[in-house]
Amino acid sequence: MKVGIPRALLYYYYYPMWRTFFEELGAEVVLSSPSTRVTLTQGLKHAVDEVCLPVKLFFGHVLDLTGKVDFIFLPRMVSVEHRKYICPKFLGLPDMIRRLDGLPDLIGVDVNLYRKNRDLYTAINKVGSLFTGNKFKIFRAYRNSVKTLQKYCRLLQMGLMPAEALAVLENNVGDKPLGYPLEMNVAVIGHPYNIYDPYISMNLVGRLKEMGANVLTAEHVPEKILRSNAARLPKKLFWSLGHRMIGAAYHYLDRQDISGVVHVAAFGCGPDSMTGELIERHARALRAPFLNLTLDEHTGEAGIVTRLEAFLDMVRWKKAEAAGL
Amino acid sequence: MRVTFPHMGNLYIPLKAMLNYLEVDVVVPPPSSKKTLNLGVKHGPEFACMPLKLNLGNFIEAREMGADTIIMAGGCGPCRFGYYAQIEHAILKDIGCDMQLIVLEPPEKNISELIVKMKKITGSRSWWQVIQAIRFGYQKALAVDEMEKTAFQVRPREAKPGATDRAFSEALTLIDNAASQVELAEARKKADTIMAGVARKHGAPVVRIAVIGEIYTLLEPFSNHRLERHLGLLGVEVDRSIYLSEWVNDHLLFGLVKNLRSSKDACASASPYLCHFVGGHGQETVGSAVNYALAGYDGIIQVYPFTCMPEIVAQSILPGVGSDYDIPILTLIMDEHTGEAGLQTRLEAFIDLLARRKETREAVNR
Ligand code: SF4
Repeated sequence: MKVGIPRALLYYYYYPMWRTFFEELGAEVVLSSPSTRVTLTQGLKHAVDEVCLPVKLFFGHVLDLTGKVDFIFLPRMVSVEHRKYICPKFLGLPDMIRRLDGLPDLIGVDVNLYRKNRDLYTAINKVGSLFTGNKFKIFRAYRNSVKTLQKYCRLLQMGLMPAEALAVLENNVGDKPLGYPLEMNVAVIGHPYNIYDPYISMNLVGRLKEMGANVLTAEHVPEKILRSNAARLPKKLFWSLGHRMIGAAYHYLDRQDISGVVHVAAFGCGPDSMTGELIERHARALRAPFLNLTLDEHTGEAGIVTRLEAFLDMVRWKKAEAAGL
Repeated sequence: MRVTFPHMGNLYIPLKAMLNYLEVDVVVPPPSSKKTLNLGVKHGPEFACMPLKLNLGNFIEAREMGADTIIMAGGCGPCRFGYYAQIEHAILKDIGCDMQLIVLEPPEKNISELIVKMKKITGSRSWWQVIQAIRFGYQKALAVDEMEKTAFQVRPREAKPGATDRAFSEALTLIDNAASQVELAEARKKADTIMAGVARKHGAPVVRIAVIGEIYTLLEPFSNHRLERHLGLLGVEVDRSIYLSEWVNDHLLFGLVKNLRSSKDACASASPYLCHFVGGHGQETVGSAVNYALAGYDGIIQVYPFTCMPEIVAQSILPGVGSDYDIPILTLIMDEHTGEAGLQTRLEAFIDLLARRKETREAVNR
């Protein structure tokens, strides 16, 4: 049995876990192809105009899987931690997707840890029982999938990017020479599905590296540090991703070895409009180099490159000034 | 302490009543206007939704009139509204409008919390007085809604254009000015008479349209370019999926009043189209569309501020409702660039479409 997983949205957080789980239950996992112009065009065609870029892209990835798999895994991700949501659109995503024509069957289940953590296991059981009646097998698959996820998170915290961490997990790290140490550190703060998708982000992370900057993201910061930094807000943020982004931004803005912060927002993203404002105000108060990039389907590559270059020039200039040059 | 609050349609009437009852010094901001919006746009985050910008403008204008304390509702997500107060407060501070902020947060889901917060504002007043004040405010909300519903009925039938608007504003002033429960009962009677006195012409209105969507843009006429009034003047009978008293009950009284039209019914009707809440009133929007279709309305208009997430989910799903129930649905998205002229044209076209459909249908049925 082939289970399709769209390479979009929370893929960047949970793919290793989902994959292990399904494989342990004897299913074959098929991933949608990396984003391209075609993926996005498909998404644009089938989603309403007003939906944000990452959700449009998700539509494209779902369509990419149709015809290739027996099922598409499409959980309703209501909440992944106590008293926090992801974003309203995640709550309605399965209902929006179901309207597409010609889809394979969907594996849908509500993942809702808003009230209590135990609820996850109920959801897992429900998915598992589609494949086997053996409760023990489901439990084992679950336990192993959690282990894989923990390993993945550790790799991220060591400073790897999701794609690199996946390569390590899958044992296919290329034998490439190590790069030279880069001249400065830049923090890139944004939703994982915006910053790690090379197509949508126009290879932002890669570009920064080419321009001489080492990139750090929220995923590199341990949970405890994220949380204590986010706690500086006057009221707790109720979005998991926004909370993480704020925590990381505040942390990096305090660190002497970080030369600048780039905030990446999706055009029309509600949470980004709020967290972006908070981060920008904080950066401004600290007079830290800060760049806000808003991605949408019309963003031109040339514009991004120019802005990144200008930003790095400013960072270098500030560094030189600080060094008394 | 001089207290102010953001505008949302006629919300100022019950809120002012409640606070005045407790002898709190109240500053009602000037009605939202182009100037309010410009202030909000100037100081607010570019990508915030319009209600935030209007709130901000309201506060700045109230500050100019001497207000020093803001009271506002809060929220626990997933929609942005729950974090409005904090962001607005931070912005105000940065532009030198430092004001005290009192947020009525719903996670506390308990009327006693409201009373405690109210006591913070009112100091020495007794519990009994606070409860009476809340009740008084709520009765005003009900009275306002009654007038508004009548206006929806009368406007498409008025003999002299503009007569309803005049009567309605007169009626509102009466209700607004009533200083006690006794006076309010009097005012209600008089207001009823005024509304009933609007001369009507013969012949029923052509079409009935239900307006659904995001609460703020539904209730604040400035933010929707007085959509319902336009519809009425174009001869349309309007109903709205939510009224002030229902919002006050849900958000400020935590559902204390039990026998109101409840959002639960609307949510129940949303399945199988949208089977989970999505924050804001997204699920209610879908459910109300179903309910209005079943009630025989000719068309539905969804209204929401640009980038409102729950409503985008609803919008993605509404076409399914529209085709299953064979009812036209128009979505209007409001932001600071929306022009009134363009809106008028779209409304006229939509009403034309509905009228023609109705004619054909009646011809077939005859
Ligand atoms: S958090 Fe923002 S970008 Fe992400 S899905 Fe929600 S609205 Fe879109």
